[in-house]
Amino acid sequence: MIQDYLFFTGINILLAWSVYVVLLTGNLSFAQGAFMAIGCYAAGIMTTRYGVPLAVAVPAAMLLSSAAAVLVGFPALRVRGIYLILVTVGVTFCVRIALENVAYTGGVEGLKGMSGTRLWHLGAAIAAVGLLLFLLSRSPLQRILDAVREDDRVAASLGVNLTYVKLLAFGAGAAIAGLAGALYGHYLIFVRPDNFDILVSIFVVLYVILGGVNNMWGPLLGATVMTLLPEFIRALQDWRPTMFGVAIVVMLLLRPEGLLKFRQPSARWSGHAGR
Amino acid sequence: MPVADREEPPVLRVEALAKQFDGLRAVDGVSFDVARGEIVGIIGPNGAGKTVLINLISGFYPATSGSVHLAGEDVTSLPLHEIGRRGIARTFQNIRLFRRMTVLENVLIADQRHARRPARAFFAFGRQRTEIARAARYLELMGLAARADRLAGTLPYGEARRLEIARALATEPKLLMLDEPAAGMNEEETAELVQDVRRARAAVDAIVLIEHDMSLIQALSDRVVAMDYGRVMAAGTPAEVLADPNVQRAYLGEEGGP
Repeated sequence: MIQDYLFFTGINILLAWSVYVVLLTGNLSFAQGAFMAIGCYAAGIMTTRYGVPLAVAVPAAMLLSSAAAVLVGFPALRVRGIYLILVTVGVTFCVRIALENVAYTGGVEGLKGMSGTRLWHLGAAIAAVGLLLFLLSRSPLQRILDAVREDDRVAASLGVNLTYVKLLAFGAGAAIAGLAGALYGHYLIFVRPDNFDILVSIFVVLYVILGGVNNMWGPLLGATVMTLLPEFIRALQDWRPTMFGVAIVVMLLLRPEGLLKFRQPSARWSGHAGR
Repeated sequence: MPVADREEPPVLRVEALAKQFDGLRAVDGVSFDVARGEIVGIIGPNGAGKTVLINLISGFYPATSGSVHLAGEDVTSLPLHEIGRRGIARTFQNIRLFRRMTVLENVLIADQRHARRPARAFFAFGRQRTEIARAARYLELMGLAARADRLAGTLPYGEARRLEIARALATEPKLLMLDEPAAGMNEEETAELVQDVRRARAAVDAIVLIEHDMSLIQALSDRVVAMDYGRVMAAGTPAEVLADPNVQRAYLGEEGGP
């Protein structure tokens, strides 16, 4: 039981980070549940039908999710703001409908027989993604992404190729979601397309908004609190969506940048020895 | 490729450049050259098309017709980031800094070694000594070193303007374009700006300066292009252009004379 709580918290942390990475360039994605589904099904089909070891299937699934994101993102990232959000919502519906209607993926019955994810696998995945995000926050790439979010046209005039940078973030976010999906499927043993309902994508975006969008710890905190809180406060369980709604409204009124709103500069002058 | 036995092409050559917005021809066949080492001032009343012209040259707007050559290369229809990489940098009339990032980071973003290779930029995590040392030159040039770790959005007006210039210079451009850098400045700040632009001049091949402030134009420009209704009304030395009767009528008259 407690293991399950930890597991779902961990999956939600990975998904929240996948939203965060895309959001670094200013794009809100409601497609992370779909990329999770692609990762989950890709890895599941590889291990159950072709006997591919999990250690190979997981990175392969990440690559596939990422490739799908780049394919969708290339035309989609040209549109901005609300239109891009609508495109990502559309992607989530398309993937779910496709999974339900294609016999190869098991249709509405779903996919079964995956196993092998241990809790420490997920822990290692979180540690690895966390480390990469931490290194990112200290790298020149972080400020390029932030600059694109702040004013993409000005960033472009400084020599930054916007399409490339946005695709990079979209692809990386999808890889993280694909990782979460692959581990998820091999823990649950049995998944169906409705495990990847649009609500999954929406909740994950809410974790990030609640936790904070300016640093990697905000999504981690948001995902942890919002996954565990309803589990421990029994009375809240039936009211989970309501609680989410109330939390969002309260947060946006009181602390619109999330619980942890600080941003770490990617480089500092102090300590710079000078000439 | 430039032909060896020809003389050097101008830093900037604008030919018959035009921009049509629905019914309005905001820029209507503008041509001028900027030679190496020059500061060219562009003046004209509000709505003359000066800012649209800068937006066309820097690639923020696509041109309807005409051409822009930078050091002999046609950059008219290149995407924004390619124009930046070729060497056109600019500032904005309504200051556009990355406000939630530090002063140092604003300059570091312009570092072409990373801006051109974002994926590789990930692997340069850590202290970033060489990057900071490069940025330091431009921060010191514009007198902003003491402000390096402050958020850009908290800078007072004059310093924000200087940071925009430092950021533009950090791309190591051939051509720097300043869009009304003295707007909203008092006399003292404007006097400082004259010094800033003179220092910036040493770092680039040429400067285009859009300005309302006549004292600034006279103090800095080698040549002046006067615009009205999207066209060039007069061009020449500052004294020649300011003496032009059309310029006096269209521009100086409106401001109450020189």
